Amino acid sequence: MNTTTMPAAAASAIPKARFDVKPLALLAALALLALPLIGSPSTWITLTVAGLAMGLIVFIIASGLTLVFGLMDVLNFGHGVFIATGAFVATSVMAGMAGWTMSPQLLPNLGAIFVAMLAAMLVAGAIGFAFERVIVRPVYGQHLKQILITMGGMIVGEEIIKVIWGPQQIPLPLPESLRGAFLFGDAAIEKYRVLAVVVGLVVFAVMLWVLGRTKVGLLVRAGVQDREMVESLGYRIERLFTGVFVVGSALAGLGGVLWGLYQQSVVPQIGAQVNILIFIVIIIGGLGSTLGCFVGALMVGLLANYAGFLAPKVALFSNIGLMVAVLLWRPQGLYPVTNR
Amino acid sequence: MTALLQLQGVHTHIGAYHILHGVDLEVPEGEVTMLLGRNGAGKSTTLRTIMGLWRASQGRIDFKGRPLQTLHTPEIAQAGIGYVPETMGIFSDLTVRENLLLAARQARRAEDIDTRRLEWTFGFFPALKKFWLFPAGKLSGGQKQMLAIARAIVEPRALLLIDEPSKGLAPSIVNNLIAALRELKAQSSTILLVEQNFQMAKALGDSVAVMDDGRVVHRGRMAELADDEGLQQRLLGLSLGVHQ
Amino acid sequence: MNALNRILSHDLPKSRWLAAALVLIVVALAFAPFLFPGAKALSVAAKMLVFIVLVASFDLLLGYTGIVSFAHTMFFGIGAYGIAIASTRLGEGWIAVAVGLAAALAISLVLSLVIGLFSLRVKAMFYAMITLAVAAAFQTLASQLSDFTGGEDGLSFRNPTLLSPSFEALAEPLLGLTVDGKVITYYLLFVAAVMLFLVMLRIVNSPFGRVLQAIRENDFRAEAIGFRSVVYRTLSNVLGALFATVAGALLALWLRYTGPDTTLSFEIMLDILLVVVIGGMGTLYGAVVGSVLFVLAQNYLQDLLKFAAGALEGVPVASALFTPDRWLLWLGVLFVLSVYHFPTGIVGRLRAGTSLSPSTPRRLP
Repeated sequence: MNTTTMPAAAASAIPKARFDVKPLALLAALALLALPLIGSPSTWITLTVAGLAMGLIVFIIASGLTLVFGLMDVLNFGHGVFIATGAFVATSVMAGMAGWTMSPQLLPNLGAIFVAMLAAMLVAGAIGFAFERVIVRPVYGQHLKQILITMGGMIVGEEIIKVIWGPQQIPLPLPESLRGAFLFGDAAIEKYRVLAVVVGLVVFAVMLWVLGRTKVGLLVRAGVQDREMVESLGYRIERLFTGVFVVGSALAGLGGVLWGLYQQSVVPQIGAQVNILIFIVIIIGGLGSTLGCFVGALMVGLLANYAGFLAPKVALFSNIGLMVAVLLWRPQGLYPVTNR
Repeated sequence: MTALLQLQGVHTHIGAYHILHGVDLEVPEGEVTMLLGRNGAGKSTTLRTIMGLWRASQGRIDFKGRPLQTLHTPEIAQAGIGYVPETMGIFSDLTVRENLLLAARQARRAEDIDTRRLEWTFGFFPALKKFWLFPAGKLSGGQKQMLAIARAIVEPRALLLIDEPSKGLAPSIVNNLIAALRELKAQSSTILLVEQNFQMAKALGDSVAVMDDGRVVHRGRMAELADDEGLQQRLLGLSLGVHQ
Repeated sequence: MNALNRILSHDLPKSRWLAAALVLIVVALAFAPFLFPGAKALSVAAKMLVFIVLVASFDLLLGYTGIVSFAHTMFFGIGAYGIAIASTRLGEGWIAVAVGLAAALAISLVLSLVIGLFSLRVKAMFYAMITLAVAAAFQTLASQLSDFTGGEDGLSFRNPTLLSPSFEALAEPLLGLTVDGKVITYYLLFVAAVMLFLVMLRIVNSPFGRVLQAIRENDFRAEAIGFRSVVYRTLSNVLGALFATVAGALLALWLRYTGPDTTLSFEIMLDILLVVVIGGMGTLYGAVVGSVLFVLAQNYLQDLLKFAAGALEGVPVASALFTPDRWLLWLGVLFVLSVYHFPTGIVGRLRAGTSLSPSTPRRLP
């Protein structure tokens, strides 16, 4: 009888709540501030692209972690194990696809990388599933045990990687067509970094779409805010959590591949090394916030590259400095998730 | 009148605290049952125990003949119980639309929500239609409460558990609330309503149960309690005619 | 018995087996130079002493206050570097040791205060992450300031004469042992370790210690009763840091060397974590038993593993699993199992098995 449409038109009279642009403005400010400090625009462009690439790779890795924490209050100190797994799987895959990686043409090269990424995501996701079931699930709600157990998981994981691949560094060279840089006047933009940026943006876009436009995404966003209420509405949030954990692990695996290619080599400690960086990023971004993670990761990436150029000795502390500065401004992170 | 929901000898412990000391309660079908009592009597705990948010350490909870006390919260909700907690449980970062979409388990997208049902809901709470795309956190207290109740009714539920909906709301809004709940009652919904507001209780309640110290100390018809000021005094501590 | 009770601050082992083990350990360590001849054995014993103090100080934080701090090795390093830098800059001798130790303690005090006040207001997760980052930064700092700290290579220095290996305290060997500076250093470590341990025992059994445990059990309730948990946790943080600093100083005196690897590495942090959990959180005795077992394993288990690897020669993956380098794998597995199934650790198990007095079940965070 009633054929009322969704009241979308009515809402145009009331504006949607204003989007908080301050952190994004801060990000832009950071980039712009660096320009006069660096001096030459071409160097600035190179560094900025490098920073964005690094930042997006870190975002890919950290995004799963922050959602897992926001949703289920579980902080996986062993997240590094998925990064390392992804990276090492990539070494095996790329080595096995020498025909494609050695080719001077773009398509086979991209194909090889794509296969490596897929394999890494599958393996890391599978391990994530086992990790959640065996290691994490028994300690829901017990923060102290979680920290200990996930750390233990990482130790064991790292050792197993050493058993399978050996304890030494393994090179992960870029395929032929992705080496070198595009030249725009004086500015050199490394080809691989462009690929990393593209992959990163695609992941971000997909995440936003899933979170914003699907019911599953809606459940995740609601669950991050108030898990109990979601259950009271009749949804089995435990299943959802396993899913998010697996996706987060797979993303970490993907990030591991990209990071390994970025460094052009892989070591078993790669997980532990990146761990600290991603913790800083999710604290800056606000635990549980995807957008915060995105902005935080970009900030960290940019800052690392700018500082690396301007004041190398300070560069290593720039992250901590940034974290302290952000926490002084917003103690809950850039985009705090309002909880319960 | 059959009991849709029945509690027998329900005990609840929260950590070391023994909150419910053997609650016996019956909620007849198609009626509004008021759950009254002082602060700290255990009313909210009772609702939470029914919903499985806190496990009953002892006793039985039967809903339509099925035992609930061993089930998990999502299963209890799926059995047809809608819960509106004291804190409302609004997802503040989500829009009104998204809040309702979540509550509509059968719907995959907002367009799937039964439009007739939705319009009926809007009929009680027109503000929700107005603020459809607004983040729920920006609504006023009264509007949030309306949203919380709307969520519980956007799909038909066999039983509604509502915890102190009038708390902190202006009298005019409380009247709105009473009207809405009366309509619901007219549509044969079964409601278990916790309230401190005795006027509201009198206006809506068919049966009443009064709790004190984790036990039900009085059960009966609302009409009787409303007429007996002496009984009110004894049970509820003060003459609640004074409370509006 | 009464005297023993007072020395141990009324915190008795409460288990026949544990008491026996402790007596065995104390006697073995007390007479190590006589009982176990050879440089390696003495080195192992010295390492045990240092680790006991280090792990006990961590147990104060984790087991008694419920704080996970990954910055513990930082304070360990500060103590070691304090001695090393002072001895290098001021010339070896007791003055250098005194100055170095004092400076190290002062720095640790300030740092632990700052970190504590800044981060203890926040959730445990935050704190753990922040200390992780800080420790990593500090490690990088130590490597970078090579003029000051000797960088990656570290600093070698000489001890005060009394503690130098070449110093001969007695012309004649005593009971077959040449009593040189090394032996004296060992006994310095022994006496210091025992005293520090007893002080820690006193602290955790004092009213202060009981408040810590109350806070660990239920932060909220403790606050409601009136204890400002931030203050207590910061104090606990500071105390833990100070004890770790002294442990570092002791290590430096023994090795006559300090480098990023001997004190600051993340592996050491993991080792501490492993030992405190396997030994038994919140018992302090767990640190003793756990450290002894751990150091023994670290030095002698490798041989066992080598044997196993040899036996499994030819079996593809298994052989790789048992190479002595992979001993951390098994320790990690043991650690994970401990957290699940033996949350009270070795000491807890011993106490549950044969108690001398009724043991109250401990609820762990």
